[in-house]
Amino acid sequence: MHIPDGYLGPATCGLFYAVMLPIWLVASKIVKRTLNAKQVPMLAICAAFSFVIMMFNVPIPGGSTGHATGASLAAILLGPWAACIVLTVALVIQALLFGDGGITAIGANSFNMAFVSPFVGYYIYKAISHNAPMDSNRRVFAAAVAGYIGINAAALMAGVEFGIQPFLHHTASGQALYCPYGLKIAVPVMVGEHLLIFGWVEAVITALVIKFLQKHDPAFINTGVSR
Amino acid sequence: MKTTAKLWVGVVVLVIISPLGLILPERFKAGSAWGEWRADEMQKLVGYIPKGLAKLSSLWNAPLPDYAFKGREQSGLSHLSLAYIICAVLGIIIIVIVMLLIGKMSVKKPKF
Repeated sequence: MHIPDGYLGPATCGLFYAVMLPIWLVASKIVKRTLNAKQVPMLAICAAFSFVIMMFNVPIPGGSTGHATGASLAAILLGPWAACIVLTVALVIQALLFGDGGITAIGANSFNMAFVSPFVGYYIYKAISHNAPMDSNRRVFAAAVAGYIGINAAALMAGVEFGIQPFLHHTASGQALYCPYGLKIAVPVMVGEHLLIFGWVEAVITALVIKFLQKHDPAFINTGVSR
Repeated sequence: MKTTAKLWVGVVVLVIISPLGLILPERFKAGSAWGEWRADEMQKLVGYIPKGLAKLSSLWNAPLPDYAFKGREQSGLSHLSLAYIICAVLGIIIIVIVMLLIGKMSVKKPKF
């Protein structure tokens, strides 16, 4: 879901940088206000985990590949604003160092994976796990659903961003200038492959880590309560 | 062992087995992720390379493109796997440094 350079036109790239700028500012303000020293190691672990889990390209045999992101997990463990910073740092390093995701698309990719995904995941986890005891299976289930819906929300955004390009930018003869696939293809493909495959990967890894923490250190999954 | 230490062990294990993310797509003949094709793949898909894409796609020359060493992208799977692990380690080191700096800047010193 890392949109490369050249798939989004300048208007879309500019728009998403403009949208992300205030979000990054608010995120850094909120993190500055709420982060405590004991959360710093988890901040680094979540960023490292997100980075490496995105290297696990899961194949659709004979088709394309995709991967989990760890975005909902970071949001559950650190809150959505800190998760926004975590995912943004991972995405920027991926783009600059490894060409994974374009530099012109950092705004859009961050919007999808560092904003939409963690926020959707976080509130779904909150809603489902509401008042559940720390050791309850409802929390594991909530984490799975959060991961699944969180990544699909990001995929939907990416699909829309891809899909509006041929409408926004084309030559007089109808050739696309950037992404050549419209909404009718981009959205079903992006969402479809995440609903069918990659979403389940995200659900499983999110649930597994929450299950592990329930067993070893439940205080970590009590979002909002610092430790 | 502290929980965070256990989680770091988990990350290290993931780094070691990360080449699976390279080998499995190869094994199952899966191509690029949707919407992440190179210009030549795009040519095959739609019959032309969109002009804006042709111009922008070479905008940034990443030092380790696709988690591989430059110029060795066509090497064997064992070389690529090793490069993949090295890239994972390098990426994580940089990310951890950045996150610790952000953490350090964000956490207020306790006032006594």
